[in-house]
Amino acid sequence: MADVVATHETIVVVGGGISGMTAAVEAAETGKNVVLIERAPSLGGRVSQLYKYFPKLCHPTCGMEINLRRLRGNKRIKVLTLAEVTKIEGRAGDYRISVTAHPRYVNENCTACGACGEAVSAQIPNPFDYGMSTMKAAYLPSLMAYPQRYVIDPSIIGTPDAERAQAACKYGAVDLDMATETFTLTAGAVVWATGWRPYDAGKIQPYGYDRFANVITSVEFERLSDPRGPTGGRILRPSDGKEAKNVAFIQCAGSRDRNHLKHCSRICCMASLKQTTYVRERFGDDAQSTIYYIDIRAIDRFEDFYQKVQADSTVRFVKSKVANITEDEASGDVILHGVDTEGYHRYDNRHDLCVLAVGMEPSVDIRTVADVAVDASGFIEMGSTNGGIFGAGCASNALDVNRSVQSATASVLRAVQVVNRVAKAEG
Amino acid sequence: MSDLNTSMVEQYRNNFLKEVEANVEGGTWVKMCMQCGVCSGSCPLGPAWEHPPQELFMMIRAGKREEVLKSESMWMCTSCYNCIVRCPRELPITHIMHGLANYAHRLGLAPKMNPTRRFAKMFWNNLVKSGRVNEIELSVGLYFMDGFKTGVARAWAMKDIGLGMLKTGRLNPFGFLTHKGCKDKRGIHRMLKKAREIEDRRKGLAA
Repeated sequence: MADVVATHETIVVVGGGISGMTAAVEAAETGKNVVLIERAPSLGGRVSQLYKYFPKLCHPTCGMEINLRRLRGNKRIKVLTLAEVTKIEGRAGDYRISVTAHPRYVNENCTACGACGEAVSAQIPNPFDYGMSTMKAAYLPSLMAYPQRYVIDPSIIGTPDAERAQAACKYGAVDLDMATETFTLTAGAVVWATGWRPYDAGKIQPYGYDRFANVITSVEFERLSDPRGPTGGRILRPSDGKEAKNVAFIQCAGSRDRNHLKHCSRICCMASLKQTTYVRERFGDDAQSTIYYIDIRAIDRFEDFYQKVQADSTVRFVKSKVANITEDEASGDVILHGVDTEGYHRYDNRHDLCVLAVGMEPSVDIRTVADVAVDASGFIEMGSTNGGIFGAGCASNALDVNRSVQSATASVLRAVQVVNRVAKAEG
Repeated sequence: MSDLNTSMVEQYRNNFLKEVEANVEGGTWVKMCMQCGVCSGSCPLGPAWEHPPQELFMMIRAGKREEVLKSESMWMCTSCYNCIVRCPRELPITHIMHGLANYAHRLGLAPKMNPTRRFAKMFWNNLVKSGRVNEIELSVGLYFMDGFKTGVARAWAMKDIGLGMLKTGRLNPFGFLTHKGCKDKRGIHRMLKKAREIEDRRKGLAA
């Protein structure tokens, strides 16, 4: 990693999801040098794990492909994967950024031929499918992975499996001697785009995510619907593999709740409305989707999408925050209990599958890395101590893809202004 | 109490929410309810309520004064605290229910024959008399509060539990005669009188 050249005019982008990729590309296209640092083995982030985007219902591969093309073709961007920022010191125009890079055990000779994956026998949970499937311990993170290079999981290092992977590689790409490196980068400005993670649904005790197989999260449902997901896009429920035609969606699962996340996560209403179209797409008129909500927050022009879903006869709306869920042990069905607000009717509704529209929380607590202002939920705010560190995308707020990209572009503009000032001073 | 009722009606006219905020324990929280319904769904006695808490809050805001204060609903609360624990806005729902019941009682609007209200009064009178509850007197009073015949039937239905309690020394059948009360009865009475004065002043109900 010593080959990374970074100066006071460099912009470091932390996080390689849709916001970070956008920030890197936008900054580089204005002529700035960029180092893009990603913790995972591949760029793409959570967007690459979606089946479709709202509101146009196109596939993320499309948007990702465009960004990847811009990124690959730009010599001003240096991408570091499997790398984490541990400390940011200094001030605007003069930052020292401590980075820890974890070994991939595969070098740039890799052609992604897959021979190492075939040679290895150990199976590990697949994080791309949120652990709903397993994969070989020598793997390509996803079909869209960038860089298109295999990864050898550290769990098999020192076992015969690793030796087999090395022996299988015809290109000398497997390097088992790689080790964790730490180094320091110089930068003028930082765009912090570490994104979000789904709120831990197990903490919402009455919904039994940790107890009932057929209570899953919205991000898991994306994978169940994706033809490249663990079920090949057939919406099969986890307990017995039965087709889940009668699906309940619970809104505000962890959001807008002083016991969990205080903020509205903003995307979940649209995400569930979108996911009803998956059920419709899969099962046609046999589909039955029920959305349990406090109020639907389909912001500004998304109202059209809401109205389209409302017009679908297979989708039912129940204005109620579900009180608790029980499981019918014999059938594995989930039973949702509560009282609706439109008439105060008590219900005990049976469904094949229950999807919790979980909220967003920041994936990294930036305060452990830098002295930056954050709001009550940990999202980055504008603050006097921020200097040349700018939050972008879901690190700065609960945002959808469209608004994340806008936020990233705005942050890049601020970062560019900082390095321009440095350039002027340095002459 | 009807004078108090009249003066309160005069004071608040069409703003029942303001009245609740000023006079009911936890009343200022009522406006915070976002009608999600998790309290009603979480109540173990939920099906027995005519108006679940969520509906009571909406009725308060809609100015349904008579219907709320004459309701039996808030008297159903057993203080299990399930609603408070789950409320996404941390409303002290249990306390508000007791606050409403208490306010309705003080105004003289609470349903006269509500069993919870009657038992609460019975318990209070029993306790105040000697400074300590006379258990056998209270239990017999509760069983026979609707007359001799129903009392016998209730006691008969509970006889196994009663005998079990006798055997294990948890029930003293001679309590009517041997109950002693606390040492300083007059002290207790003075204390309770003072507490009532303070409470009335706090709620602006002082005569």
